[in-house]
Amino acid sequence: MAQAETAILDKAGIDRAITRIAHEILEHNKGSKNLALIGIRTGGDHLARLLQSRICVIEGVEVPLGSVDITMYRDDLAARGNLPIGKTDIPFPLDDKHVVLVDDVLYTGRTIRSAMDALMDFGRPSTIQLAVLIDRGHRELPIRSDYVGRNVPTAREEDVAVVFDERKNPFEVRLIKP
Amino acid sequence: MSFTHKHILGIEQLAKEDIQLILDTAEAFKEINSRDIKKVPTLRGKTIINAFFEASTRTRLSFEIAGKRLSADTVNISGSTSSVVKGETLEDTAKNIEAMAPDIIVIRHGHSGAPHYLAERVACSVVNAGDGAHEHPSQALLDLLTMRDHKGSIEGLEVAIVGDITHSRVARSDIYALSKMGARVRVCGPGTMLPIGIERLGNVEVFTDMREAIKDADVVMMLRIQMERQSNIMIPSLREYARFYGLNPTNLQLAKADAIVMHPGPMNRGVEISSAVADGTQNVILDQVENGVAVRMALLYLVSGVESMQTK
Repeated sequence: MAQAETAILDKAGIDRAITRIAHEILEHNKGSKNLALIGIRTGGDHLARLLQSRICVIEGVEVPLGSVDITMYRDDLAARGNLPIGKTDIPFPLDDKHVVLVDDVLYTGRTIRSAMDALMDFGRPSTIQLAVLIDRGHRELPIRSDYVGRNVPTAREEDVAVVFDERKNPFEVRLIKP
Repeated sequence: MSFTHKHILGIEQLAKEDIQLILDTAEAFKEINSRDIKKVPTLRGKTIINAFFEASTRTRLSFEIAGKRLSADTVNISGSTSSVVKGETLEDTAKNIEAMAPDIIVIRHGHSGAPHYLAERVACSVVNAGDGAHEHPSQALLDLLTMRDHKGSIEGLEVAIVGDITHSRVARSDIYALSKMGARVRVCGPGTMLPIGIERLGNVEVFTDMREAIKDADVVMMLRIQMERQSNIMIPSLREYARFYGLNPTNLQLAKADAIVMHPGPMNRGVEISSAVADGTQNVILDQVENGVAVRMALLYLVSGVESMQTK
């Protein structure tokens, strides 16, 4: 049976969500002091880059940007076999930073758990906050997002995909029904 | 593509894509080695036995550190302190090791084929850390990673390997690996140290004159004269060998100006390599050692993934 795909957020909608999240991050942290953005590969790293440039437009400050690959920290590695290991790139110390983790879709929360474990191996941030473009529910761990682009109620068997163009800019969010 | 090798017995069995994946994985793992906290939980709960039936400093240490940085439990046994000295056969030793349910056995053995023999008899993964004069796959992979770091790509490189090719498992693994990745290999040594038919192993040209072999080379790899394998009866004297087959600042000028000098270690300074070259600006010998940890982390990670998928 063919899959049914529905667009639930277009490019303009994504842009507005990112702009709002950038404002919320700055408001919550009272500016950009000690702020750092870390995107979860792959998807979150592209969104983190967009957030960085949006914050730069608003505040005139380029906050440090990093990316983290969570494969080495997964809790289901034994069941998944050989997953390719991507690069983690955090070129600044995390100690005493307010780190905003950025991901495209928040689902079970297991990816975020892995990412937080990875960050702890790099230092001791003051706070870790979570920004996601889509929160689709079905948490399996006590994790919540601080900044959300859009809440999308989904069924477990459905899938949510953030689609990026060849320049790694998001242009659509799709809900995929099996 | 996904990795399907449960055992790493030699480079001969690996495809170009496998080698590429191992190098890319190693590249990602390298970052861990520069962190303050050099540990990730990837192989937590896995047991790795390093069975070294032959002397080793670098390789054993490197495998042990690789396992520990991935949070595996690593246990070492060495030939001189194991029951082998009491006359136990390799098969009995293997069965006893297996009864303790390890996930990976890393083995170095003086006899060619010992890791293959073991792999047929145990349920866990086997990684060859050097068997006799046959293969030393992890060394070849770290050599390739070092070349790729310095030269950008391996394809098209001219690599000269000089020394006792007959007794060198490093040379064999490097010949397989470099040929598969599209480099050209020149092997060089006195006639007694060049096995007949070596050129059939891959993209290999054979030289007995070192000056011709290293002319315009991108990489010059020097091998050790292996006294423990009776290399000394194949040459008149070490002094004469050093004169004709030793790398010094003068003959190194024949290679390309940006050529790198490699050595798998341990070095015999003043024999196959002069101290001026060993400590010179073109040497990447310590880069090789550093890359060794990352490459072995990649191997342990990849075989362990295949192993856990199969036992599921």
